[in-house]
Amino acid sequence: MKLAYWMYAGPAHIGTLRIASSFKNVHAIMHAPLGDDYFNVMRSMLERKRDFTAVTASVVDRHVLARGSQEKVVNNISRKDREEKPDLVVLTPTCTSSILQEDLQNFVNRASLETQADVLLADVNHYRVNEMQAADRTLEQIVQFYIKKAQKTNQLDTSKTVEPSVNIIGSFNLAFHNQHDMAELKRLMSDLNIKINSIIPEGASVQDLKDLPKAWFNIVPYREIGLLTAEYLKKEFDMPYIDTTPMGVVETANCIRKIQYILNEKNSNVNFEKYIDIQTRFVSQSAWFSRSIDCQNLTGKKAVVFGDSTHAAAMTKILTREMGINVVWAGTYCKYDKSWFEKEVGDLCDEIVITDDHNLIGDLIAKVEPAVIFGTQMERHVAKRLNIPCGVISAPVHIQNFPLSYRPFLGYEGANQIADLIYNSFTLGMEDHLLEIFGGHDTKEILSAGLSAGVEDLDIKWDLESQAELTKIPGFVRGKIKRNTEKFAQQQKMETITLEVMYAAKEAAA
Amino acid sequence: MTLTKQVDNTDSQEKINFECETGNYHTFCPISCVAWLYQKIEDSFFLVIGTKTCGYFLQNALGVMIFAEPRYAMAELEEGDISAQLSDYEELKRLCLQVKRDRNPSVIFWIGTCTTEIIKMDLEGIAPKLEAEISLPIVVARANGLDYAFTQGEDTVLAALAQRPNPKQTEDLGELITKSTDEYIEHPPLILFGSIPDPVVNQLTLELKKQGVKVSGWLPSKRYTELPLIYEGNYVCGVNPYLSRTATTLMRRRKCKLIGAPFPIGPDGTRAWLEKICTVFGIQTQGLQEREEQIWEKLKYYVSLIDGKSVFFMGDNLLEISLARFLIKSGMIVFEIGIPYMDKRYQGAELQLLQKTCKEKQIPIPIIIEKPDNYNQVDRIRDMKPDLVITGMAHANPLEARGINTKWSVEFTFAQIHGFTNAIEVLELVTRPLRRNQKLEKISSERYTDMR
Repeated sequence: MKLAYWMYAGPAHIGTLRIASSFKNVHAIMHAPLGDDYFNVMRSMLERKRDFTAVTASVVDRHVLARGSQEKVVNNISRKDREEKPDLVVLTPTCTSSILQEDLQNFVNRASLETQADVLLADVNHYRVNEMQAADRTLEQIVQFYIKKAQKTNQLDTSKTVEPSVNIIGSFNLAFHNQHDMAELKRLMSDLNIKINSIIPEGASVQDLKDLPKAWFNIVPYREIGLLTAEYLKKEFDMPYIDTTPMGVVETANCIRKIQYILNEKNSNVNFEKYIDIQTRFVSQSAWFSRSIDCQNLTGKKAVVFGDSTHAAAMTKILTREMGINVVWAGTYCKYDKSWFEKEVGDLCDEIVITDDHNLIGDLIAKVEPAVIFGTQMERHVAKRLNIPCGVISAPVHIQNFPLSYRPFLGYEGANQIADLIYNSFTLGMEDHLLEIFGGHDTKEILSAGLSAGVEDLDIKWDLESQAELTKIPGFVRGKIKRNTEKFAQQQKMETITLEVMYAAKEAAA
Repeated sequence: MTLTKQVDNTDSQEKINFECETGNYHTFCPISCVAWLYQKIEDSFFLVIGTKTCGYFLQNALGVMIFAEPRYAMAELEEGDISAQLSDYEELKRLCLQVKRDRNPSVIFWIGTCTTEIIKMDLEGIAPKLEAEISLPIVVARANGLDYAFTQGEDTVLAALAQRPNPKQTEDLGELITKSTDEYIEHPPLILFGSIPDPVVNQLTLELKKQGVKVSGWLPSKRYTELPLIYEGNYVCGVNPYLSRTATTLMRRRKCKLIGAPFPIGPDGTRAWLEKICTVFGIQTQGLQEREEQIWEKLKYYVSLIDGKSVFFMGDNLLEISLARFLIKSGMIVFEIGIPYMDKRYQGAELQLLQKTCKEKQIPIPIIIEKPDNYNQVDRIRDMKPDLVITGMAHANPLEARGINTKWSVEFTFAQIHGFTNAIEVLELVTRPLRRNQKLEKISSERYTDMR
C-alpha cells in the first residue's frame, strides 16, 4: 500500500478510453462499477465537447460479484451495436475487472458473432501499466487489428502515395494543447510540401487505418503515445518514423532535417535548410528574442522542470540551449522512460529526478528555491505556496490548460508561445532591477498591521532629498521600497530618512 | 416507532408510478463523500483504501481542494496487496501510524471501495485490533460503487458513526426528557442526522428553538470527540433524503424512534419538517404559515421565471424527490424524476408531500424512475424537450449544444439548500441557466451541433 493523494498519471483504462473516444464512431464499454465513468465528465468538462462521449459502462454491481457478468457484457455490447452502429466496440477492463478475472475475451468473441461492429478487448492490465502506456498499447492494438483485417480480406494496399506524405500519430483528446499542436504540424507539413496521409486517432475512422502504409513515413510528436504503433508499422512495412518532438527552434530544425533525410533516401531530393533558416530568423521570433537585450537578464537564472518526458525534456533543452537559463534539475514522472530521459537531458541540467511522488517534487523545489518552475498543475500549486512563478508545460492539467485561443507548443509558432511563457514567468526587467537596488522581495512582514501602526507612532519623516529619490522610483515598486526603508529606519531607531538611510536599508536587505 | 404510513395506503389520491430501468446511469462514486465529510468533521482523517481509479476520481472531482493539504488520502493498493503477498494488517498499520504522526487526528475513517469488497479485505475485523494497538478510533464505512451511488457514501459513513457510542456515554438511559425551560418545551431528546454546513446547522437548530424544540445533538458533530449522546428511546430525524441506512441503524442498533418527515428543502419542505417534529412531540407550532409565506414572497422573482416551465431530473444524488416537490410547488411541471435508489419507507413522508403538492397544483404526479438508463432518458428528453434538465456533467455540455438548458446536479449537493433561509439558493441554482440563456439569446441560434 502507498499513501497518496495525488497522482501524475491516471489509471490504465483512462488511456484506453482516450484513444477509443478519439476515433470517430468507436464506442468504448467499460467493465466497471457505478461511478467509474468519470472519464465522460472530464471529456465533457475539460474539452467542452459538444457530443456525448462514446463511453458507457457495463455496470459491475453486487449481482455481478456474486454470479459473474454472464450475459450482461454481451448484451451491453450488442445493445450499443444496435443503438449507435459503431464501427468498433472496445471493451475496456478496469481495476475491478482485473481482479474479478472474468473471461472478458470470451464475451468479446461471443458478442462479435452477433454485432455488425468489430469488437476488441483492450489489452491493458491495471496493475502493470498507467494511463499513457495503456493508450500507447491500445492505439497499436487497434491499428494492428485493422491492418490484419485488411490483409486477410486482401484489401491492404501498400503502394506509396505519389507525392511525399506522412502519418501523424498522436492526436488524441484530453492531451496538453494537442489540437493546437496538430494545427501547427499540419501547417509545417504543408510548408514542406508534404501531404498528410492521415492523423490518428483524433477524428480518424478505423476503416481508414488500412491506408496508413501508403504514407512515406510517420511522425510521433509525443513519445508517451504512438511509439508502439510507429514501431509496428516500421517492422511490418518498413516505414521510417521520426520521434523527435519539434518543440523549440533547435528541435524543430532537427525534426525537419530528419524529414529531409527520409525524403532524400526515397529519392525526392529536397533541401529544407533555407526554410529552416528563414523560419528561425524571421517567422519565429523566439531565436531573435533569445538574443535581444531583454533576455540577457535571464542568463544563469535558476529553473526547475518537471512533467511528462516529452515536454520536460523539450523544455529543458529550450531553457538551456536557447535561453541560457540554468536548469538545476529536470525530471519526469514517466518512470518507465527513464533511460531515454537521462540520455536526452543528461548534459543539460545539474541533476535528473525520476519520480511520481509529488511530495518529493515539492520538497525538492523548496530546497532548491528556483527563480521559476516549469511543471504540471501540481507544481503550479507548490509554486503558489512558495511564492515562486510557474509556467504549466505538461499534463496533468486543468480546464485553463484547454485554451480557446491558438496556443501550440510545437513548431515555430509553438516556439513563440513558449518564449512568451518563459519570459512572463520571471519577475523581470525593470521591476527586478529596481527591487535589487532598493532591496528585498519580502513584503509580507512589513505589510503587517502591527508594524504600520508602529511606524505611525514613531512618525518617521522623509527629508527632501530622499523624498525626491523616492519619487524617481516607478510606481509599481515604490510602495514596497518605501515600506522597506521605513522598516529599516524603525529598527535602527532613526527618525528621519535621508538618502544615506535609503541606501543603508538597501544594503541591509541585500 | 414512529414510521410513516405506506405510500399506497392513500387510496383517495392518485398513485405514484415507480419504474426501474437498467441502472446504466452516470453518477459520482460514493467515495466522494470524503470531500464534504472531512471538512465537516474537523478532527477526522479519511483514508480511502482503493486503487488508482479511486484516487484519480477524487483528484479530478475535488479539483482545487486537493491542494489545501486535505485531511484525506488514498491507501493505494498495489499488486502485492491484491495477491495477498502483503499483510493487510501490517500495511494499514504502517499507513495509519504515518497519518497519526503527521496529522494527529481524533479518528481515522477507513473508506472501503470496490476493490476491498472484491478481494474481501476484512476491514471491520482489522479495525478493532489496530485501533487498540495505535490507540486511535478507526471507523469503517463501505462506500463502494458496487452497492451505492454518490451521496449514499455519506449514509454509509454516518451509519458506521451511529453505531459508535460517544466515549462519555454511560450505561444508564440518560435523560429521557428535555427539561422545559423558558426557551424550550418539555419533550424527549431529539437528535438530527445528516451532514450539512455549520451555518445551516445553526439555522435549522434555531428554527426548532423558535418552536420550543431543543436539539440535543447532531450526527455528525463538528468534531468526532463531540459525537452526540444517543440513548434508547431518543427521537431521531433526518435532514437528507439519502440517509436510510443511518436511519435504520439508529432505530435497530440504538433503539431510537425515527420521525419520518419530509426533508427541510424549500420553504414547504422546511415547514412540513418542523410541523412533523412538533406533532410527534405534541407541540402546537407557532407562526409557521406566516414564515413560509414570507419566504415565498422573497422567492417571487425566481418563481416568476420558472412558473409553468418543465423540468426533467436524470437522477444521480437522491435529492431528486425533495427538489422536484419544491419545484412543483414553485409552479414547474416535472416530466420525470430519475433517482438512483428509492427507499419508500424512509422517504415516505416526502412522497406523500409530493402527492399532496401535485394535487394542490392540479398536475399529474411525475413518474419516478429508479436506476435510470441515461441513454433512454436522452431519447425521452429529445421527445419531451423540457425547459430544464437537471443532470450530471457528462451530459450537460452535449445537451446544451443541442439547445437544451441544463443545471449541473452536483451543485445541489455542495450548495446550502436546507431550511427557510436557503430556499432562495435552490431557485438561484435552478434559474441560473434560464437567466444566463435569456441574456445570450441574441448571439445566434440555440443549437450548436447538427448531430442528433
